[in-house]
Amino acid sequence: MKEKIEVKNLSKIFGRYPQKALEALKAGMSKAEILKEHKQVVGVDNVSFKVYEREIFVLMGLSGSGKSTLERLLNRLHEPTSGRIIIDGTDITRLGQKELREFRRKHFCGMVFQNFAILPHRNVLENVEFGLELQGVERDKRREQASRVIKQVGLEGNEESYPSELSGGMQQRVGLARGLAVDASIMLMDEAFSALDPLIRRQMQDELLELQEKMQKTIIFVTHDLDEAFRLGDRIAIMKDGRIEQIGTAEQIISKPASDYVRAFVEDMNRAAVLTAGNIMEPMRERAFMGDGPRTILRKIRRNNLTGILVTDTKRELKGYIKASELVDYINEHKDKESIPLDKKLLCQPTRVNKDMPVNEVINAYNENEFGPLAVVDDSDRLEGVIVRGAIISALAGESAGEDDGPGKDTPARLKEKEKK
Amino acid sequence: MIMFPFRIPIKDWISAAVDFLVSELGAVFDGFSAFIFFLVNNLKDGMLFVHPLVLIALIAFITWRMAGWQIGLFSVLGLLITENIGLWVSFVETLALVLTAEVLVMIVGLPLGIYAARSDRFNSFIRPILDFMQTMPAFVYLIPAVMFFGLGLVPGVVATFVFALPPLIRLTNLGIRQVPKELTEAADAFGATNMQKLFKVQIPVAKPTIMAGVNQSIMLGLSMVVIAAMIGAGGVGTNVLRGIQRLQVGEGFEAGLVIVIMAIILDRITAGLGQRKKAG
Ligand SMILES: Nc1ncnc2c1ncn2[C@@H]1O[C@H](COP(=O)(O)OP(=O)(O)OP(=O)(O)O)[C@@H](O)[C@H]1O
Ligand SMILES: [Mg+2]
Repeated sequence: MKEKIEVKNLSKIFGRYPQKALEALKAGMSKAEILKEHKQVVGVDNVSFKVYEREIFVLMGLSGSGKSTLERLLNRLHEPTSGRIIIDGTDITRLGQKELREFRRKHFCGMVFQNFAILPHRNVLENVEFGLELQGVERDKRREQASRVIKQVGLEGNEESYPSELSGGMQQRVGLARGLAVDASIMLMDEAFSALDPLIRRQMQDELLELQEKMQKTIIFVTHDLDEAFRLGDRIAIMKDGRIEQIGTAEQIISKPASDYVRAFVEDMNRAAVLTAGNIMEPMRERAFMGDGPRTILRKIRRNNLTGILVTDTKRELKGYIKASELVDYINEHKDKESIPLDKKLLCQPTRVNKDMPVNEVINAYNENEFGPLAVVDDSDRLEGVIVRGAIISALAGESAGEDDGPGKDTPARLKEKEKK
Repeated sequence: MIMFPFRIPIKDWISAAVDFLVSELGAVFDGFSAFIFFLVNNLKDGMLFVHPLVLIALIAFITWRMAGWQIGLFSVLGLLITENIGLWVSFVETLALVLTAEVLVMIVGLPLGIYAARSDRFNSFIRPILDFMQTMPAFVYLIPAVMFFGLGLVPGVVATFVFALPPLIRLTNLGIRQVPKELTEAADAFGATNMQKLFKVQIPVAKPTIMAGVNQSIMLGLSMVVIAAMIGAGGVGTNVLRGIQRLQVGEGFEAGLVIVIMAIILDRITAGLGQRKKAG
């Protein structure tokens, strides 16, 4: 992965004597002490991190932890007190006003705000082409580009509407489209979805992820909502008092919180939204191959105390599921024959889920499933593992299930699985 | 009992300063005076050149577009009454004076208001001056106006200008300062220049407030009409004054009524300007 943004020892002090506060910070004083003693507000305190190309990097933390300040430092809406910000190899802290303007035009898709910040006197189309207009793009060209983006965010037909006529979700789509319309690679979003009601918010998150698949921007997303952070973020930085407490993927943060603060934070987290099918699946204990005879398959089933078995070809591609009871009947029918072929009719199709599916959706899939375990497959339908009911239950209960349990062991999960049959 | 052994000679200073300006810059004032006279007079002659019904139709059309048919109808009736009671020429004279003064107010007030919004220093410099201008009794402005420009139309325009200027500066300043920070930040984030930010974001977003300033300053200008008539500015104010001097209640009331009609029309037009965009 290529680096897009590198931040080195970045600090921001609000107030008239920033250097004094900076020294106090170095001497180990806390944000609260500096406020009390020096009357200076510590916005961001000596943070360093890298953001890679095309990732969604989330800044997460409670109110006042410095998320917005850090984000605004990245395009120098706030001037850094000290430290460096290197974007695509350019140290932007050294740019003059004019160069900075050029840099913003070339590298940033503007900014998306909680209160949308779209222009009330302009209709949707005029709002979306705003960034292009500033760059002096000709009218026809920017209209064309704006219309295309408007389609992408699902605002088609609203080009002529004014912001006051739109719902919150639609207004935020305008904000998003305005950023996407300019041909730049970094998108800054500050609590972009926080003002939306939960349902719309969820929907916008999904849409953002979908758009991101296509647009491949580098997104810095600020939120105070851990759920949102975990849903959107490829990596998440958890901030407290202007410092970054931990940076990592959702799994890393949940499984190895770097501090008590982070631990306390993630404990409230609804795990089902974080864990994915991949986290709770179990590797195959036993599977049948298309070339296996019915008796061999039955033996495999009996040996593992199963009620059925998944069948793949030699390349692990999933072919179906065979229920033990049906297999027994079939064998009885053909008892007299020496060797019986495996009848394709015995195969039924189990529900397949992708490794990335969040657990709460896996639960739904499981409830709709009529037989056997859920098959976890990759994009080319190759079998990666199975999910049994017990694994879902223990995932919700907070234990880590799956991978480290050796095959064949009767874990509580598997016992429950057997009970069900 | 004498409390002070001396008296601060404020009046002498002011008089001396004005005398100095009149004697040293007389030519400048004369030129300016001729220019203003030219503006007002041409505007007035132009409006009197066409048949009253044409002008009435035009004004009614504008009010109808800006403020709806009720006000359009009202202005037709009001202006017909004005013509009927023989105050049409006075009406046009006053309109020309107020409009000219307002144009000058906008030419001077908008840039000052914008500058005050961008510079805290300039704002704190100009604020007390504006307070002073607004609280000073309007009559006081007549004295320097007469000294610089003599009697007649021009000092009337100048006094009206001075009186009507503060609200526009104030509200332009306020309007631009009230533009949500996120809007200007968004413009900055896209790499807007200061001018782009001003003309594409700040002024358009502040427009309703700025138009409220235009509206207020026109209303204040109208309130100067009678006072300006005292120095010979002409117009409806003269009719009001005559009514007072001769204790002719009827004539004074008629003239007052015409001023009210003009006030309502101008008020609704400028109020309409402020919110036009939403409907369109
Ligand atoms: N312009 C400013 N002037 C002075 N202090 C500021 C300014 N902006 C932010 N701060 C201070 O900096 C600290 C960090 O604020 P910031 O807005 O970055 O927090 P945040 O994490 O975005 O919080 P929220 O979730 O409330 O938006 C706070 O203590 C805040 O009071
Ligand atoms: Mg914030």
